[in-house]
Amino acid sequence: MSTHDWSADVFRAMQARNIATVLTVPDGGLTRLLRMVEAEAAMRLVTLSTEPEGVGVATGCWLGGSRAMLAMQSSGVGNCINALGLPAAFRAPCLMLVTMRGQWGEFNPWQVPMGQATRPALEAVGVKCFPVDRAEEVGETFAAAADLAFYSRTSTAVLVGQRIIGAKGFGQK
Amino acid sequence: MSAIPNKIARRPFVAGVLAERGDALIVLGLGSPTWDAFAAGDSPEYLYSWGGMGLAVPTALGVALAQPGRRVVCITGDGEMLMGIGSLGVVADQAPANLAILVLDNESFGETGRQRGLTSARTDIAAVGRAFGIASTRTVTEQSAVGELADFLFKTPGPALAVAKIALTEDPWALPEKDGAAIAQRFRAALGAP
Repeated sequence: MSTHDWSADVFRAMQARNIATVLTVPDGGLTRLLRMVEAEAAMRLVTLSTEPEGVGVATGCWLGGSRAMLAMQSSGVGNCINALGLPAAFRAPCLMLVTMRGQWGEFNPWQVPMGQATRPALEAVGVKCFPVDRAEEVGETFAAAADLAFYSRTSTAVLVGQRIIGAKGFGQK
Repeated sequence: MSAIPNKIARRPFVAGVLAERGDALIVLGLGSPTWDAFAAGDSPEYLYSWGGMGLAVPTALGVALAQPGRRVVCITGDGEMLMGIGSLGVVADQAPANLAILVLDNESFGETGRQRGLTSARTDIAAVGRAFGIASTRTVTEQSAVGELADFLFKTPGPALAVAKIALTEDPWALPEKDGAAIAQRFRAALGAP
């Protein structure tokens, strides 16, 4: 588990790109970034009941002329698959920051099927995936994925590896 | 089915509502609400939908957040609304004053063979909306309610949710542009979105 503050790097990249709305079903690995967004008056944090709502809100924001992103755990990606047809049909960008479970040292077997399927499932619906396993590289990867999404009007996902976040142990393994 | 069949004829009802929209942006649910709006007269300020079931309200919320100076009204069906029912909680939480929702409730999956829907017996979408925290809700059952409903949708502070109990009818096809990129481009150009 790295100590580099990748959340601060992502936050700076968001500010530099006017990404001012964050749609989320929270995840432990997103805690620091979500706190920074909540504390910033120029940004809006939108809490969802389920992740595909965020695909719709992000698409609507872009249709209305502003930039949003979806931040969620890898299990939430599975909920989003049909929804991702919406930005694809509109040729709209949907930028996703995904914190991974079910891979590096996972303790909970229920996380493994979707964790392992996250990238293939996203790619199957046309989302360009950017997996990262080094904390120092999350910021630049996020910036590149954001630029690709908004300039080329396509959906992209940064997959922040569990190796960066650390496996949750619930006090046991 | 309800004990008393729904009376409202959707096509003239939606046309009557849209006649009062002013410069409001209209986000449509997939299927019949999209056909209804197009049948009433095309506009670049209509966002048509051919898919993404459950995402009409989230999409409208996104437009409303991005365009706080414009009224945004989502018109969708009961099945579409139920698939994304949690989004009413998100709308209540964000509380956009410029967003209203109209659910055209024929208690059926009209597009797929008129199978019965969950609102045909006990489920009440307006009551669900109130329980989620949308304070301003109403249900209309009469064709003559169109004027008061238009005021509710376009003028009262949002978030607002209306349910219109509409009849299950056979209407002529009225199919707008299907290319989402063309629909999006036109909508964004009408808003002056960058």
